[in-house]
Amino acid sequence: MNIKEIRAQFPLINNQNIVYLDNAATTQKPHCVIDAFSEFYCNFNANPMRGIYDLSVAATDAYENVREQTAGFVNAKDPSEIIFTRNATESLNLTANILSGTLKEGDEILVATSEHHSNFLPWKRIADNKRLKIKYLDCDSEGEYSVESLKEALSEGTKVFAIATVSNVIGRVNPIREFAKICHANNTLICVDATQSVAHMKTNVIEDDVDFLAFSAHKMYGPMGVGILYGKKELLEKLPPFLEGGEMIEYVSKEKTIYADLPQKYEAGTVNAADVYAFGKAMEYVKKIGFEEIGERERLLTGYLFDGMKNTDNIRIIGAKDSAEHNCIVSFAVDDVHPHDVASIFADSGICIRAGHHCAQPLHILLGIPSTVRASLAFYNTKEEIDFFIKVLSEIRSRMGY
Amino acid sequence: MDKRTFYNEVLIEHNKYPTHKHAMPGCCYSKEGINPSCGDDLIINLDIKDGIIQGGSFEGDGCAISQASADIMFDLLTGRSVAEAKELSAIFSRMIKEKITDEELERLEEAGALMDISHMPARAKCAMLAWRTLDEILLQKI
Ligand SMILES: Cc1ncc(COP(=O)(O)O)c(C=O)c1O
Repeated sequence: MNIKEIRAQFPLINNQNIVYLDNAATTQKPHCVIDAFSEFYCNFNANPMRGIYDLSVAATDAYENVREQTAGFVNAKDPSEIIFTRNATESLNLTANILSGTLKEGDEILVATSEHHSNFLPWKRIADNKRLKIKYLDCDSEGEYSVESLKEALSEGTKVFAIATVSNVIGRVNPIREFAKICHANNTLICVDATQSVAHMKTNVIEDDVDFLAFSAHKMYGPMGVGILYGKKELLEKLPPFLEGGEMIEYVSKEKTIYADLPQKYEAGTVNAADVYAFGKAMEYVKKIGFEEIGERERLLTGYLFDGMKNTDNIRIIGAKDSAEHNCIVSFAVDDVHPHDVASIFADSGICIRAGHHCAQPLHILLGIPSTVRASLAFYNTKEEIDFFIKVLSEIRSRMGY
Repeated sequence: MDKRTFYNEVLIEHNKYPTHKHAMPGCCYSKEGINPSCGDDLIINLDIKDGIIQGGSFEGDGCAISQASADIMFDLLTGRSVAEAKELSAIFSRMIKEKITDEELERLEEAGALMDISHMPARAKCAMLAWRTLDEILLQKI
């Protein structure tokens, strides 16, 4: 991987004198993704699915090709198992919403405590509305979930288990494949939030045998405004629609509605075709570099960052003690200095990092820390950037008078 | 890279060695102020007699900006009338959100050291927390 060439493909990184270490929030976009918007609007713009004329067919193709491409990207059997939404949050809300009709009072939902609020609150809401029991699966102090604890937490009434592939605070990969097996042996569906893993490692919904899987395009070099939901066909086929309106029906009269088949059944209204088209370019880009190369470089960078932080005084790293478990995400605290002040001092030096509870407040409460600072990497980051980050990190306490 | 920092000496001193951070049992007015998104959580205590602020204190946790801002606020407002306190608080708020004149800046004394926070919209509410809570006391109770 020629890092100079790679960085040249990201205009923002190329043009601005900043160190961008907030990739878990959103990644920067390569030229091919940015150019895709004008490509779509200059060449294919019509309302997909509606017109009989050639241009509308071209728009439909541009959009549907990406559905096929996405199916390939996550290794889904059938493109109709891919639903486009606005973001991961909408994908997860959609899932909770359509499942809620199949659940009855007393049924149980199990949610991992480290979930982002978007895979936490939708479940809490349907539990409240339908008087379901909701239980939480806690991780240990290093963010690890054990197979035993999952087995123990499942009961006969557990209908859904919600967990992320990788927590956006801890960075550890959860053993989704094993968890799915355990869930299915218990007749429990598993709903996986893959938002933090899709840019960094292969996604394989068949091998992992997950029932639902959600992510956002913007965290994998794609545009904002595109979310993806994979759902097993046999489930989506029998579940009710989410939003109702145009495009998602076969027949409507005053008396009767017949819904369209998958995937249109879940895509009411005019779709975000241009962004989806650009998302296709992002997947192409990632595929061209390849997860082997991406993974290798990111492991190297994560290790370098982790070691640098470990060797800095008065820093407390959240989660695993082994850098191999961090997958581009290192959350931390600086003794005596509030995370927001830490982030502001970094900002002063042109380093973009995140501070707060990272939309994972239940996890922070479990760990007993109100908020943390998070540095998160992508393969386009460099050792030089990390060196500069560590230098500023080591000066923070003295800049705050400690 | 722009090295301008609003973590100046005044702010750092007040954060590290606050004069007014303590409990105040039996004071006239207490109110909690919270910034839910950043977890700043302060209790503002205020003693007012004959329309004059006799003293005040704050308790609780937060970032350096919210802590220093609270401490500086009590330095500035102790001994002032309620009317004057309201006026200074309005000037402070305008300093953070918009712009103020040099004369107004002078009236704010050390609180003027927080002026640069206006460049950082994400942190403005940290600087405002103590003042906003004080305003609520002054508006509601008096
Ligand atoms: C693990 C995880 N899940 C879900 C989300 C929500 O993503 P979005 O805001 O794009 O819906 C995020 C991003 O903030 C995340 O990190």
